[in-house]
Amino acid sequence: MESIYDILAELRPENDFHASTDFIGDGMLDSFDIVELVTALEEKFDILIDALDILPENFANTDAIAGVVRKNGGSL
Amino acid sequence: MQINILEYFEKTVARVSAKTAVIDGEKSIDFATLAQQSKKLSRVLAQKAGVIRRPIAVYMPKCIGSVVSDMGIIYSGNAYMNLDVKTPAARISAILERIDPVLLITDAAHESAVAAIWPADKTVVLDALDFAALSYAQADVDKTLYPVLDTDPLCIINTSGSTGVPKGVVLNHHSFIDFTDWANTTMGFSENEVMGCLSPIVFDIYSYELCLLMSRGGTMVLLQESMAAFPARILQTLIDNRVTFIFWVPTIMVNIANMGLLDKLPLPDIKTVWFAGEVFPTKQFNIWRRALEGARFVNMYGPIEITLDCTHYIVERDIPDDEPIPIGYAMRNTDILILNEENRLCAPGEEGELCVRGSSLAMGYYNNPEKTAAAFVQNPLNTTYPETIYRTGDVAAVNERGEIVFRGRKDTLVKHSGYRIELAEIEHVIINTLKLVENGCIVYDHAKKEIVFFYEGAEELPVAALRKQIGTALPKYMIPTVYVRLESMPRNTNGKIDRLALKERLEA
Repeated sequence: MESIYDILAELRPENDFHASTDFIGDGMLDSFDIVELVTALEEKFDILIDALDILPENFANTDAIAGVVRKNGGSL
Repeated sequence: MQINILEYFEKTVARVSAKTAVIDGEKSIDFATLAQQSKKLSRVLAQKAGVIRRPIAVYMPKCIGSVVSDMGIIYSGNAYMNLDVKTPAARISAILERIDPVLLITDAAHESAVAAIWPADKTVVLDALDFAALSYAQADVDKTLYPVLDTDPLCIINTSGSTGVPKGVVLNHHSFIDFTDWANTTMGFSENEVMGCLSPIVFDIYSYELCLLMSRGGTMVLLQESMAAFPARILQTLIDNRVTFIFWVPTIMVNIANMGLLDKLPLPDIKTVWFAGEVFPTKQFNIWRRALEGARFVNMYGPIEITLDCTHYIVERDIPDDEPIPIGYAMRNTDILILNEENRLCAPGEEGELCVRGSSLAMGYYNNPEKTAAAFVQNPLNTTYPETIYRTGDVAAVNERGEIVFRGRKDTLVKHSGYRIELAEIEHVIINTLKLVENGCIVYDHAKKEIVFFYEGAEELPVAALRKQIGTALPKYMIPTVYVRLESMPRNTNGKIDRLALKERLEA
């Protein structure tokens, strides 16, 4: 899970991702960030994320993001 | 003789009153109710403002309420100026100061944010109005609108300006009527149109969607901007609502193509696809065209200083992946002049500045005579009477097929995710307003689509803090993503920062 926090911190260093459980609703990640985040996750975990999984509820918090990574074959 | 855009709407409401006008998630409003609420709101505004032809600001997210607000403002004889609630308060204040609207309409959720920067006696909170208790007399509405001419402003749209304050582009009724008439005739739009509305309310695309709603009785399906990150959700919404028409910026369409989503979530109901605001890479365009076989694709081109767009290209031939999509031909009642350095018409194939002539031109920048005079100038080909053209700063040429082709920009204006950004504005804010560094230069990396900030300094500045501070003054899409510290800026012989050298650094 820490690796996901690392990716998020690099992406948007000004945000405290530990303080939120709804990154999208709280406005911490916008459309530009999601595109970059998906690319970063794919590189980090050596996976390809199914475009159909890129939904707001799957990027709301680190648990949800971990779920997407696992679903697409990544191990955390 | 049509003078006011609302004449379309009056006829449409009479024809399709029970039809749904706007859908926003679970909520919707029909044409009759939209007309009633707009007219009721217009009486509140007319009474409070007591003037016509003046700007009234709207500060709320895209919703049924924002549509009612804009329509209510038009019915009050004034011009709507939509604002983006995600824009930092300092920038909103700068816009309000420059434009000085007579009123501002907001919703309950943003009332306190507005109170911090705008007087309460000039604020209307939409949710606080009890529409059931309000009324209007059609005679009063007609009386208000009678002195409003077709050259009077319909709306004001703000665009990035090099001095740190956005410029308010004034667009009149006539130009929207012209464009709408062209679109309805050329595209054969009808009341069966269902629009997938993804544009922010501050874009002219949203204003066109309102025109299609008003003129033909098309239905607007509001797609929230925050959904732009989740193309699968957007496409599903298009499918669920049987959307027939989209008018989008290419950024999102490129993402959708690259994700291979059009095969997974096919869009059989889409009949018309317009795109504008930036260059659509042909490779991704062709993915769309192949996936939506029966649809008509139109490349639209035009700066915000021209109502909607001034050229269009209906794609009817195969375009190889390595050929840019032409911007095509002038709209009806609009003339395109491609002028060379000597202000003469370019020969076919010769590159020059694209200039526009006709009643589609904006009236100018609101309360900004200097900027207006610089961009809206006398037609150099006409020495016999006053005639204004707009110099776009875009470089174009006519190809061997007679199609106009966009080649690039003359200056530091860029298109980034569909937004038009003056790079000098970002520099101005960082250096002069926020005083974060003494010297710096913004360069746009066209290959990576990134805004890069080069700054001079002895020490590296923390990126997180920089981004945070810049975010207090500029909207997210204007915040640089890459920060490069240099011991000293490269300078050319006259001591100015050498932009070209920095650009070459990026390409290296």
